[in-house]
Amino acid sequence: MDKLTGYPRSDGRVGIRNHLLVLSSVVCANRAAERIAAEVPGAIALTHQHGCAQLGEDRERTRRTLVGFGSHPNVGATLVVGLGCEAIQPGTIADGVCGAGRQAEVLTIQDCGGVSSTVERGVSLLRSLTGEMKDSTRVPIECEDLILGTECGGSDATSGLAANPSLGSAADSVVKRGGTVILSETMEMVGAEHLLMQRAETQAVADQIDATVRRTEENALNMGEDIRGSQPAPGNIAGGITTIEEKSLGCIFKGGTTPIREVAAYATRPQKSGLVIMDTPGQDVESVSGMVAGGAQVVVFTTGRGTPTGCPIAPVIKVTANERTAEFMAEHIDVDLSGVIRGEMCTAEGGDRVLRCIARTVGGRKVQAEILGHREFAIYRTAPSV
Amino acid sequence: MQRRVILIDPQDNVVTALADLDAGEVIEVKQNCESLSVRVTEEIPFGHKVAVEPICAGGEIIKYGQPIARATQHICAGEHVHVHNADAQRGRGDLS
Repeated sequence: MDKLTGYPRSDGRVGIRNHLLVLSSVVCANRAAERIAAEVPGAIALTHQHGCAQLGEDRERTRRTLVGFGSHPNVGATLVVGLGCEAIQPGTIADGVCGAGRQAEVLTIQDCGGVSSTVERGVSLLRSLTGEMKDSTRVPIECEDLILGTECGGSDATSGLAANPSLGSAADSVVKRGGTVILSETMEMVGAEHLLMQRAETQAVADQIDATVRRTEENALNMGEDIRGSQPAPGNIAGGITTIEEKSLGCIFKGGTTPIREVAAYATRPQKSGLVIMDTPGQDVESVSGMVAGGAQVVVFTTGRGTPTGCPIAPVIKVTANERTAEFMAEHIDVDLSGVIRGEMCTAEGGDRVLRCIARTVGGRKVQAEILGHREFAIYRTAPSV
Repeated sequence: MQRRVILIDPQDNVVTALADLDAGEVIEVKQNCESLSVRVTEEIPFGHKVAVEPICAGGEIIKYGQPIARATQHICAGEHVHVHNADAQRGRGDLS
């Protein structure tokens, strides 16, 4: 983890990528955002299905997620594009970004007189919106500047046996060097929460873990369904995972072994360094998006069966310990840890491999999800549209 | 030779297959310094679990040293342990 480099930002945070973001604030503005981004080399359109007819905490979570992306340290500058009449006003997204100490411009389709004129103005604005991007050069950064998101998906028996314990070993190293690690996916703590509570730094954090896991399980129970309709998923079961308890016990290894310092709400910035839990759903893309909105600059994602998931603005490092997946799904895999399953290396050595990949990725080397153009993005919804 | 199965915690009553296991194959399991030989009664796919001791109906399935399920029927040593004979105890909205 020596000699990390990144882009220092005006808010004191550090980016490891320098993206130009065209952020659609509402589903109605997606096409406009896509057209603007297509005209400017290197620009990325962030589109989604939300932004209107949302209420209360659900609306606030969407707003927070979009502001989290717009003000993210991996983003050099942001252009917010909205329709104009929506519930989450595009100006509030831009205000949120600027309030966080970063730069954003805003356009609405109804003020511009249609999408074509929005695109025309947007392209010109985007070209001039060099902001912090013009003179951005990489400088040495410290591990304490980093927030590492951890995720697992398409899990099988190798996830809990090798990939997650190896990632946990890497997570311990990041924490030891002063960095922050996020353990996500509350549903995949069901049946393992007692072990996490034992590692809570304070009784208040233990109580929060208990309450957060209980609420997630109750939400599922209130649907009157057997959770096995979704957890474990059919692919998990084919891979040897029998119950949510077994899946959870394998999942929590990825956070490592250090004390749990905080439970952060979805898409909020951790207030403490070290290991923190974020309350995200088991849906991989929503979970990764929540951690990145909370400031994670890089995500390590373990998989058993293989998955292509990336993120529009953060590298998602894919790790597997399944030998077949490492070969058959090679284009989606960055770190092959099948040697741990074969008994050729221990999880500490696996963790060193993950750590070296994190360092290379932070330094600018693209991961497979970036090379293949994976930009999956989804926001956790907890209420229906109204 | 490559390991065929792994016992994760000494308290576990199942092991995980690290290769596709054949019916009739004998696996060696080191448990609490004792070596245990278990004859696998059926084909076990890579990553799936095998009981290393008899588990009575309603008994806990232990992996990672923690309960992961309850047996829905009597399970013999050497039998495949999975969704056909083991049930989750959590998230069962269909039971409440």
